[in-house]
Amino acid sequence: MTQSSGTTGSVLSVGTFQAISAPDYIPKKQLQELQLSRLQQIVTHAYQNVALYRERMDAKGITPVDIQSLDDIVHLPFTLKSDLRDTYPYGLFAVPLEEVVRVHASSGTTGKPIVVAYTQADLEVWSNVMVRTFAACGLNRGDIIQNAYGYGLFTGGLGAHYGAEALGATVIPISGGNTDRQIMVMKDFGVTAICSTPSYFLHILEHAPELGVHFNVPGSNQDCNVRLKAGIFGAEPWTEAMRKHIEEASGIKAYDIYGLSEIIGPGVGSECSAQAGLHMFEDHFYPEIIDPETGASLPDGEEGELVLTTLNKWAMPMLRYRTRDITEILPEPCSCGRTIRRIRRIGRRSDDMFIVRGVNVFPSQIESALLAVEGAMPHYQIRLTRQEGLDQITVEVEVTPEIFSDKVGAMERLQQKLSHSMENIIGIRAALRLVEPNTIERSMGKAKRVIDERAL
Amino acid sequence: MKLTQLSLFLENKPGHVKIPCQVLAEAGVNICTLSLADTAQFGILHLIVEDWEKGYAALKNAGCVVNTTDVLALVVPDRPGGLADLLDHCDTCGLNIEYMYAFTRRRKQDAIMIICFEDPDKAIEVLKDRKMDGVDVMRCTDLFGDLEGL
Repeated sequence: MTQSSGTTGSVLSVGTFQAISAPDYIPKKQLQELQLSRLQQIVTHAYQNVALYRERMDAKGITPVDIQSLDDIVHLPFTLKSDLRDTYPYGLFAVPLEEVVRVHASSGTTGKPIVVAYTQADLEVWSNVMVRTFAACGLNRGDIIQNAYGYGLFTGGLGAHYGAEALGATVIPISGGNTDRQIMVMKDFGVTAICSTPSYFLHILEHAPELGVHFNVPGSNQDCNVRLKAGIFGAEPWTEAMRKHIEEASGIKAYDIYGLSEIIGPGVGSECSAQAGLHMFEDHFYPEIIDPETGASLPDGEEGELVLTTLNKWAMPMLRYRTRDITEILPEPCSCGRTIRRIRRIGRRSDDMFIVRGVNVFPSQIESALLAVEGAMPHYQIRLTRQEGLDQITVEVEVTPEIFSDKVGAMERLQQKLSHSMENIIGIRAALRLVEPNTIERSMGKAKRVIDERAL
Repeated sequence: MKLTQLSLFLENKPGHVKIPCQVLAEAGVNICTLSLADTAQFGILHLIVEDWEKGYAALKNAGCVVNTTDVLALVVPDRPGGLADLLDHCDTCGLNIEYMYAFTRRRKQDAIMIICFEDPDKAIEVLKDRKMDGVDVMRCTDLFGDLEGL
């Protein structure tokens, strides 16, 4: 065994190698051959069976046979979220309905939802990439996985469910919500891993002590009475600071996973034991980074918008789907030994972004600023208002016993520190308001971070 | 010697100071005295209650942000200059005061001040060592005993 040169030093503690993870380690050349052959097949399939793809490729004067190398992918037209809306519900299906065995839908913020479809073979691909996700996060047969992603039309619940079953783990299909029951089950069933959004897990952590459930926190005077060792967190952007907070407050490893319904659901990418970027299961989902303004391809190592092409999904192939997620493809090999490339953790989605006084602001920047000030906990909400024509950001932060002082001066200093920290990061002044605990609405799924009261 | 004060965070909004008072009422915890420090956005309510542990538990269960702070209850002669003399003494001895407030009810010829010193232990030492006429650090039991007698 060779000594790793990775910076995390935890590589040797990786659990036993699992055979199903083998595609994660394919030599680069073979991986590229596989990707090209799959790309050629899927482009042909999409061209022959989906009117939108055929019309767009015809308009650009290209046909499937023009895809001679992976680099030729740049000649293909982009697919946008609005294309899924415009063709609602079945317009992008590439197989007859008899071959579609499952349909999911994601809630669009406006109007119609987005519909996605799977053949039996697609479901097997999905299950495969979810098994590889769990394996990369150190889970195996014998693990007890509490799946708190919502079951139903949302891809999170069933995607994680079938992956966990295929792994051979014991799945608790608890779905989202009912926090007290989640905490009870976690303790009583000896749960070793949870799948949820990171904000929902924070919600669980906050309520656990009230129910006599204690995590493994160094220096705590309460004995740990849960077996939880890992959290598989996704479905919303979060930050490194939030990971640190979760890991310190719970004693678990918090892994970031990546996925989106349009591509397959969860299972597009996952962190490994190195927790240094998310490996893309690129034998199935081909990643590119583009300049979001011009659409031009960017090389590995440069930041831009992630664009994904499904290489092996037949019911509803996606060609160069624009995710709106801002990241980069990390050029260095990972210390875990996987050859599939990594993307940097997605801290921001271009559509979460808001513009205040001409400045682009991402909620994740606010979060980093709050966490940079010692003791500040991440229950916050951003309120945008317009006063006399000028946009104002007010960040409301819940006061906790840890940051509360009986001295007015100390509280005002805290307020100033938080304000300064935000101003340093986002570049404009933001008002900070300390609010009483539990006054900010907790969502069971994605946290609602931004309330825009401006009449734009 | 030291007294445990409960401090609560409140948003500066109509009706908010009522909530902790109702919680204490339901728990049967009597408020002896209080002070409210406020800014435009928030307030901090300082409370001296008879059974602080019971009060603390009730407020915490009700979801309030509540902390405890050690403060001293000082007997001060109830005459012109009584408090000024004490503060002068504190100043001379280098005792910093964070904030203070008074008991509204009188005890014999004295007044009682609740003072949050930067360093309550040092304050006890200093005030005992260099005793001033009429100034005394009250014991908790005496304080509440006196109140009952009133």
